[in-house]
Amino acid sequence: MTAWFDVGLALMALGLAWRAIATRRAFDSTVAFVIYGLVLTIAWVRLGAYDVALTEAAVGSGLTGALLLGAAHRLERAPADEDRPSAPLRALLAVACAGVALGLGAVVLALPQVEPLQAVAAASAAEATGLLNPVNNVLMAFRAIDTVLEKMVLFAALVGVWSLAPDAAWGRRPGRRFPPAAEGPLTLFARVLPPVGVLIAAHLLWVGADAPGGAFQGATILAAMILLVRLAGLADAPPVSSRALRLLIVLGPAAFLGVGMAGVVLAGAPFAYPAAHAKAIILVVEFAMLVSVAATLALLVVGPPERAQAAP
Amino acid sequence: MILDVAAVFGLAGAGAVGLGLFGMLANPRPLQKVLAFNLMGSGAFLMFGAVARRAAAPGLGPDPVPHAMVITGLVVSFAATALIVGLLLRLHAVSGSTSLKPQPGPRRAARSTPASKTSERGDAA
Amino acid sequence: MSWALDALSAVLIGAGVLGFFAGTVGLLRFPDTLSRLHAVTKTDNLAVGLIVLGLMPQVDGVGAALRLALVWLLLQASGATVGQLIAEVARRDGAPPAEPAASGRRDRGPRP
Repeated sequence: MTAWFDVGLALMALGLAWRAIATRRAFDSTVAFVIYGLVLTIAWVRLGAYDVALTEAAVGSGLTGALLLGAAHRLERAPADEDRPSAPLRALLAVACAGVALGLGAVVLALPQVEPLQAVAAASAAEATGLLNPVNNVLMAFRAIDTVLEKMVLFAALVGVWSLAPDAAWGRRPGRRFPPAAEGPLTLFARVLPPVGVLIAAHLLWVGADAPGGAFQGATILAAMILLVRLAGLADAPPVSSRALRLLIVLGPAAFLGVGMAGVVLAGAPFAYPAAHAKAIILVVEFAMLVSVAATLALLVVGPPERAQAAP
Repeated sequence: MILDVAAVFGLAGAGAVGLGLFGMLANPRPLQKVLAFNLMGSGAFLMFGAVARRAAAPGLGPDPVPHAMVITGLVVSFAATALIVGLLLRLHAVSGSTSLKPQPGPRRAARSTPASKTSERGDAA
Repeated sequence: MSWALDALSAVLIGAGVLGFFAGTVGLLRFPDTLSRLHAVTKTDNLAVGLIVLGLMPQVDGVGAALRLALVWLLLQASGATVGQLIAEVARRDGAPPAEPAASGRRDRGPRP
């Protein structure tokens, strides 16, 4: 019974994936892609990966969808771009890509059932960090260096996006300005929802220690709140030259890196935590990451500064 | 070999990689190439999920290390997508087109932008 | 006792699924944007509410049940807001109240 549910879910995901690549309009593709992400979220739940499911829904489907929808809207009037490959070439490509998929499928079917060494290690080390959620144990402790590097990637991407600003707009507020909408459903929603969103983000961060959730998922919800308030025209992003904004963005990576380096002195290895205070330290670092990642994700969606004249 | 949940979604992941690859190569619109690239990435993540599930232990759940890597990967692929979309929008603003082909059209010259700006085309390729 | 709660859950969730089905049929079959929107928003709010009510006896603790209720409230709020926004755009773009198209399907024709 559940096997057929899984097969149906997988076929639905593949059908939506096909629709996302085969549709002509970028807007329609993006809608298909967002629905594909939501179907995939259920697939991740079926795979027992609840933390991944939350992240897929929030980042893979939500934020990426918002980014692509915005771009599709702005490129709607772009002239015809490159030539479509000729029919024989497309057939050849289809055969080659089907070959890649079949090869990967064969690898999936050949995967052996392995000894759960890493799951056992992560679970047995729960008392070392005080976190019961094995995924967050991996993210924050056992492979913390990966997470720090990921923060650096986010930071570098934001620097890259900002550097695309035209010279005349540099240092100004990012993105285009959304005029304050007339009082209506959107402004009401953008006033009522953010307090709830902040609460849910804090809740996700807090329960992430022992249950699915964590800093990333909370940060994405905070980023969504920032984008909603901006979309409703209630507030604008600060100028990219703002020192406070830059400090906010650097806070999370700096705290994580600083604590990681302090581990050399306090616990004998980089990214090791003194056992007595591991959970408290991890929570503080996660909180710093929450605000920085939220700001960075929102600013990545907003884009580079582009308003040449000074905003009033 | 049985068709369990890991195999079903692993195969779906393989299919998504194939579809994404095809979309990236065959779709003429750069924005949809970016979308197809994301599709390819999510297929690869799904295969990670299958690997994690293969190492599941009774009472412990799946292997958490691939899960953590997928979470990291999702955020990184979002960052890369944001950068590519930024490059595309800038290219469109500067040249009036999203094509990566060299176009000796009049539009680029008409915008009177510094020549250095157009070099972004190279980065996007 | 527990079988009664299970039966209650099954009935409520079944009704919710039926509501989703009805709303989706309306989305696919109704002729114009506003009535399609009507079908989706009305039935979805009801269907999600029924499913949430049906799930409540299955979770342990009042806290989890309240969180489910919060999910329902958030869906209500976002659904209502997005419905209003779509309707506003449909009205601004001058969508006709009903299309004379014979198919009665979604308008997916090529854009001018």
